[in-house]
Amino acid sequence: MYYSILFYIFSLFVILSSIGVITSKNPVYCVLYLILAFINSAILFLFLNAEFLAMLLIVVYVGAVAVLFLFVVMMLNINIEEKKSKLLKFKPLSVILGSIILVEFLYFLIIDNSTLEKLSNTQNLEQKNNTISLGNILYTDFALLFQMCGVILLVAMIGAIVLTLRNRPGVKRQIIKNQVDTKKEDVIEVVSVKNNEGA
Amino acid sequence: MIEFLNLPILINHYLILSSLIFFLGVTGIFLNRKNVISILMSIELILLGVNINFIAFSYFSSDLTGQIFSLFILTVAAAEAAIGLAILVVYFRNKGTIDVKDINVLKG
Repeated sequence: MYYSILFYIFSLFVILSSIGVITSKNPVYCVLYLILAFINSAILFLFLNAEFLAMLLIVVYVGAVAVLFLFVVMMLNINIEEKKSKLLKFKPLSVILGSIILVEFLYFLIIDNSTLEKLSNTQNLEQKNNTISLGNILYTDFALLFQMCGVILLVAMIGAIVLTLRNRPGVKRQIIKNQVDTKKEDVIEVVSVKNNEGA
Repeated sequence: MIEFLNLPILINHYLILSSLIFFLGVTGIFLNRKNVISILMSIELILLGVNINFIAFSYFSSDLTGQIFSLFILTVAAAEAAIGLAILVVYFRNKGTIDVKDINVLKG
């Protein structure tokens, strides 16, 4: 019973903060609602025994992606404009689609899930720790996909750097080639000075 | 009401939650025609709904492959957010705006 109440509370938080993401006028509030949705979904992942993914969601999404979003929102300085409601334009289509989805939800709530219990035959959950069992199949069965994930991240990193790098004119930079190529004759001039005529 | 709370949480509840988040993300793409950052955040919501779906199936069928797939979705989503925001910054630097209705140089 407590499990059910907690599930309903946290899923309500996720849904309300998702609505906040798509309806807030200020983009900063949008990002903060997104962070709230991620944290509550991490708690829901804990209910599903996915501890490693819950922590990863908090570290990667809240720690990196959401902060990146927040940084870009603050850097771009978007003027907050009044959004006119565009929903009326899609009213017939949205009523049809919404009623179809509602009927599907009610159908899913009513039917039982006895077919899924027959479906569960693979047992690779026998280890005591979620992280250990995840690592045991991630580095053996899915090693190639894991390497490809690394390549994707490398390409994304290089792409982001190449896209945002720029050379502004009028900014003094360190040019290493010129420093290395400098000869002694270029920078030092030996002058013979007569006595009492220096200064 | 108490009997409603006494029902066990089955996979149906998680599927309904994940599809609600998914359709909220799709609605966000339709609703926010103003700036591209809102569309990117809606895409993040869609991927979050997909992740909840995968992990629910992984738990209720006691197969860990769903969590592996969710891990890969997380990786690709992080890469996509980085590239998308970099493109957005470059676009803002060149055009001075990120309104969706102004991005029509290709006349598509």
